[in-house]
Amino acid sequence: MGVKLLLANDGVEGIRYYDTYRKNGGYTTAEKALKMSQADIVEEVKKSGLRGRGGAGFPTGMKWSFLAKPEGVPRHLVCNADESEPGTFKDRYLMEFHPHLFIEGLLISSFALGSNRTYVYIRGEYSWIPDILNQAIAEARNAGFLGKNILGSGFDCEIYVHRGAGAYICGEETALIESLEGKRGNPRMKPPFPAIQGLWMRPTVVNNVETIAAVVPIIAMGGDEYAKIGVGKSTGTKLMSACGNINKPGVYEIDMTISVEEFIFSDEYCGGIKNGKRLKACIPGGSSVPILPANLLLKTAKGETRMMNYESMSDGGFATGSMIGSGGFEVLDEDQCIVKHTMTLARFYNHESCGQCSPCREGTGWMYKILKNLEYGHGKLSDIDLLWDIQRRIEGNTICPLGDAASWPVAAAIRHFRDEFEWHVKNPEESQKRNYGLAHYADPIHVAATA
Amino acid sequence: MNFDLVMSETPKFKVTIDTISVEVPAGTTILNAARMIGGDVAPPTMCYYSKLKDSGGKCRTCLVEVSKGSEKDPRPMPKLVASCRTTVMDGMEVKNITSEKVLDARKGVVEFLLINHPLDCPVCDQAGECDLQNLSYEHGTEATRYEFKRRTFEKEDIGPYISLHMNRCIMCFRCVFTADQLTEKREHGILERGDHAQIGTYLNKALKNDFIGNVIDVCPVGALTDKTFRFKNRVWFTKPVDAHRNCSNPKCCGHVRLWMRGDEVFRVTARKDEWGEVETRPDGTPGWICNECRFEKKQTKDWVIEGPALIPRSSVIAQGHYVGTKKTPVLIDKVIGKEPQYQLNIHDISDVNKPEIELSKIAGPAHSDDFNK
Ligand SMILES: Cc1cc2nc3c(=O)[nH]c(=O)nc-3n(C[C@H](O)[C@H](O)[C@H](O)COP(=O)(O)O)c2cc1C
Ligand code: SF4
Ligand code: SF4
Ligand code: FES
Repeated sequence: MGVKLLLANDGVEGIRYYDTYRKNGGYTTAEKALKMSQADIVEEVKKSGLRGRGGAGFPTGMKWSFLAKPEGVPRHLVCNADESEPGTFKDRYLMEFHPHLFIEGLLISSFALGSNRTYVYIRGEYSWIPDILNQAIAEARNAGFLGKNILGSGFDCEIYVHRGAGAYICGEETALIESLEGKRGNPRMKPPFPAIQGLWMRPTVVNNVETIAAVVPIIAMGGDEYAKIGVGKSTGTKLMSACGNINKPGVYEIDMTISVEEFIFSDEYCGGIKNGKRLKACIPGGSSVPILPANLLLKTAKGETRMMNYESMSDGGFATGSMIGSGGFEVLDEDQCIVKHTMTLARFYNHESCGQCSPCREGTGWMYKILKNLEYGHGKLSDIDLLWDIQRRIEGNTICPLGDAASWPVAAAIRHFRDEFEWHVKNPEESQKRNYGLAHYADPIHVAATA
Repeated sequence: MNFDLVMSETPKFKVTIDTISVEVPAGTTILNAARMIGGDVAPPTMCYYSKLKDSGGKCRTCLVEVSKGSEKDPRPMPKLVASCRTTVMDGMEVKNITSEKVLDARKGVVEFLLINHPLDCPVCDQAGECDLQNLSYEHGTEATRYEFKRRTFEKEDIGPYISLHMNRCIMCFRCVFTADQLTEKREHGILERGDHAQIGTYLNKALKNDFIGNVIDVCPVGALTDKTFRFKNRVWFTKPVDAHRNCSNPKCCGHVRLWMRGDEVFRVTARKDEWGEVETRPDGTPGWICNECRFEKKQTKDWVIEGPALIPRSSVIAQGHYVGTKKTPVLIDKVIGKEPQYQLNIHDISDVNKPEIELSKIAGPAHSDDFNK
């Protein structure tokens, strides 16, 4: 069993409610934090090495220390609970089953950052969760952990839950801020960054739900202790949303020291591939990160065992590696069609582009249409190169990273599964009746001997 | 007098764009620095509009490469940046037309802008003064790789004066900013998202503010056109003259451009500068005009005519004329460090063209007689 920090109380009956949470040691960390200085809390978070769990993996302590503190201007903590990346559902699990852990994290973080009004921006489709959160907020307020002069510390804090209207782009932090201000959720041009001018042009920190929750164990055990869990720059624990063709889909807390193979095949986690099928491919970190064929997923190009952590997952760059991203772990078995899968993702990004900048607005739709042709047997060989060209000209040339997120899956699919695309073109009729199958995608990779 | 103090009030930054250096006040964008140099060194723009707050950053045609961040931090920037929204640093080095990456990305942007464009220039009133035509001509390719049905919308009349062809819109947001910033009450915005986003007045509400006509001038394409001019004439058959009147609207500058044929006024627009933007008046304010001047004053007697407008030589509008065209500075020799080699010199093969004859000095359309003199 790995270390459990966020899901330590998983399965405890009634942990959703204040009394049970309190009995199990809840809010003692908040009591401790409110006696610390703000700078010390930030320092502990820095020492912990915590990296943002929303996808980009930016060091949280560093983000907090960038927050501008002009005299007389309110600052805000905004929690990103928009969780719309296909394959990612860990924030939902935390909010639904451990709302008080989340609120304790929000309280400690708000105190550290000096945010008297903290917002939780939650995706509209999670329609039942705001009620859970609001109930927990009310309980916390009754117990004196929210409101005015919390525990006599002189610190005031209110938490507001705001529902989005169903747009993936509102998970991008500046689009989220626009939407929270009541405007159309278009990403802003950066700079200025939210740390300087965010919500209502005030200094703002935007953090993911899991990031905020992780602050509780960090303050409880101390940053140095937290940093001892995991390896290298992958400290602490990470929640993985495992889904696809596996026996046990669900949310798992890992301490980033296990291998990908163990994660997929051990009974403690995914429990192996469903129906005794073979592993073909996997998107290890949410739909935006590059897909990897089985062989590159389990071993790096250097022939080392690939581990479930930031460094190992990105070993080899985009040529042979991928990213941990938001932790949406999607497993594909030998019966899955990569072309169809890529098309589905392209449709998603086409649908979710905000339409502000030309490459993303026009390019995402174009890629989807070409992939649709390929999938339904109307493709040409030149379409594959055209797709490559389109994604290349979107990537890096857009306002926000959604353009990159739309390009990477297409690029990775062509990079690793080009022969499957070609097979679709050359066998238009057969490709409508059967899938390409596993082919050579699990074959051991030849590793050049090092001198 | 303490010169140091004077200097420190407005720090100047040196920036080098395509090997040509300029000194600009801190806070200047790369684009505006490049415009000070002029010519080919200025990146093309489709969404930036200096008179509109918050404009720019969207179309991505003005992307440039920053090969040296600044004197203090010489690292190059990892991605191409929108020159209209990136401010210069001291010692910055920028590549525009000297960067392969930029030219390739720009080609991509032009292709993206065109895949859903109807290419109905033959029936579009904007033809001849369209930024998208110019952009495609300079940076596009001759054929499209797009093989799908183009996105279409119904044509809409928004109010008595303005017609909206959403099919031609490139989502530059300029009209939205104009409606937002020039009128008391915003009357239109963007509906929907992604590639089905559209400019909308919401429930077909008419745009009826006094200054709403300016959206026609800011629209870089033929998406918003003047209904009082629709299909009446090709712009290059009309003759632009500058004129003014004493307009009673205090916010209207009253200085306009009349597009005439003979004595007939076909169209009234604001005066535009060399970047295609509404010009800055001598008092520093933008020369926006009111609806009355634009749509209702179509008689020569309504106006005090000042004389022919200055039109860039490269514009098709200059073809039928005429005294006073304006030459765009040619900097290519400076940028590449040598005289460019042209594949064809028109004067080598033409019997008519005589390089020593200055076309801009000829009043009216050039005639072969002009060359026989
Ligand atoms: C298109 C797009 C969608 C995003 N969606 C989410 C999301 O649903 N949840 C999230 O936490 N971060 C999302 N992000 C990342 C946020 O912009 C931001 O980096 C993150 O909330 C920062 O929190 P962290 O530092 O705690 O990870 C998204 C980014 C992009 C570009
Ligand atoms: S990259 Fe896409 S989602 Fe992001 S701002 Fe541009 S159009 Fe909008
Ligand atoms: S209608 Fe014209 S000005 Fe308005 S967004 Fe479209 S192209 Fe730009
Ligand atoms: S002009 Fe700079 S992005 Fe459009």
